[in-house]
Amino acid sequence: MEALFTYGFLQRALLAGVFVAIACAILGVFLLLRRDAMIGHGLAHVTFGGVALGLFLNILPLGTALVVAILASLAIMKLKEKAGLHGDTAIGIFSSAGMALGIALATLAGRFNVDLLSYLFGDILAIEPLEVWLSIGLAGAVVIVILLNYRKLMYLTFDRDAAKASGVKTERFDILLTVLTAITVVLGMKVVGILLVTALLVIPAAAGLQVAARFKQALFLSCAVSFISVLVGLSAAFVFDLPASATIVLLAFVIFGVFFLGRRKKFF
Amino acid sequence: MTEEKELVRVEEITFAYDSVPVLEEVSFSISQGDFLAILGPNGSGKTTLIKVILGLLKPSQGRILIMGQPIEAFREWSKIGYVPQKATHFDPFFPASVKEAVAMAFLSPKKRSAQRRKDEERAMEAALESVGMEAYRNWPIGSLSGGQQQRVFIARAIINSPELLFLDEPTTGVDAATQEHFYEMLHLLNKGQRITIILVTHDVGIVNKHVNKVACLNQKLVYHGSHDDFCQSEAFKALARGGHLVSHKH
Repeated sequence: MEALFTYGFLQRALLAGVFVAIACAILGVFLLLRRDAMIGHGLAHVTFGGVALGLFLNILPLGTALVVAILASLAIMKLKEKAGLHGDTAIGIFSSAGMALGIALATLAGRFNVDLLSYLFGDILAIEPLEVWLSIGLAGAVVIVILLNYRKLMYLTFDRDAAKASGVKTERFDILLTVLTAITVVLGMKVVGILLVTALLVIPAAAGLQVAARFKQALFLSCAVSFISVLVGLSAAFVFDLPASATIVLLAFVIFGVFFLGRRKKFF
Repeated sequence: MTEEKELVRVEEITFAYDSVPVLEEVSFSISQGDFLAILGPNGSGKTTLIKVILGLLKPSQGRILIMGQPIEAFREWSKIGYVPQKATHFDPFFPASVKEAVAMAFLSPKKRSAQRRKDEERAMEAALESVGMEAYRNWPIGSLSGGQQQRVFIARAIINSPELLFLDEPTTGVDAATQEHFYEMLHLLNKGQRITIILVTHDVGIVNKHVNKVACLNQKLVYHGSHDDFCQSEAFKALARGGHLVSHKH
């Protein structure tokens, strides 16, 4: 644990990890209750295409991925609304197209290079100072948006029609949540990688929802599970020489299991 | 007798899902103090009509005026309460207490002044008391029965002291005894608090006992007028013959 406060790269990993995880935890509660849990998975696959495009064109991969992910998230939303497709169908279409784009571009470039693999599996120990600031900014933006619109977002999540009839601009909030999720996925891929970023959106929120009786409790517990998973997971990965992203996700999964069993056995 | 203020005007409304017509040139108005039942067989467009009036669906033709303003320009949403048809079909594990479920309708930012908090708390208690659910304020919303949940959703709908309350089949799946209490509560809201109520229902028993106006719909408006005249009308006889109306003792 002491190493976390000694080495600069570990401090950056911890800071970025905790802030991205908190953003994921808060958004995750809304996504799960809106039955949009797989949007993170879909956007992560699209992000793979975006990173490959950035690497192929030799322009900033993170920035390219961000633009591609935001556009794809809005397209998924519109496809659901206008084409009458179910959410999972729209996500399935874009996630496979994004993955296919990534594979095609990587093949055209001649090989899957090391950079692309680092985005697939995450490289939390190689986080740059700028990425730490971006993570803090993202978490701050998510918290501010939620605090300013807490009741509207809760109402919209609970009863969309009633919220809309009360004057809540439901489409505007849909866009806001979708874009924030896209940004979170792109930053989250540096922490745990494209393959595991969904875990940060889904598992802590699912754990919190297992035991929470109030909405605020669900948000708090989801953040707590995320925080503990990143802090302990990163330390364990360092001590036992394990991959950081996988350790963080497995720890979150174990906490979910404890909450799930605790609820079944009525400990909570 | 003074003429009551017109709160809703429905003018020549036509609506279709894709190319399937659901409403055809429906026109009528709702005045302050009315307790209006919207009746009709399944698929007659009752829920669609409510959604069009509330601006949730855009009609292909016609216009809606709420309190004298076109629905597109209407902004005083706190004057309207709405309990949708599937209000009780929410995720039973949704983490919200009765108080949280009711307070959602305040829509104010999280940060509120101490005075505002007090006012909100008072309004919440009054709304829960109106529907007889004050003892359940800290219960998880998912742990209540269907009838209790409907009461909570009505508390949510009246918390901002609305002038208009829309209820879409609020007693579906609720037993007859609970329904009786429920309609008595609506009667009190209509007569005591002067809330204008628009109720979509299949239950002719409620029509006979509490409402003063009826709109009967079957894509087109086949009847609109007083309850007394409705009982003598061809529309009533046709609905009764088709078995589209149910009657509970009240």
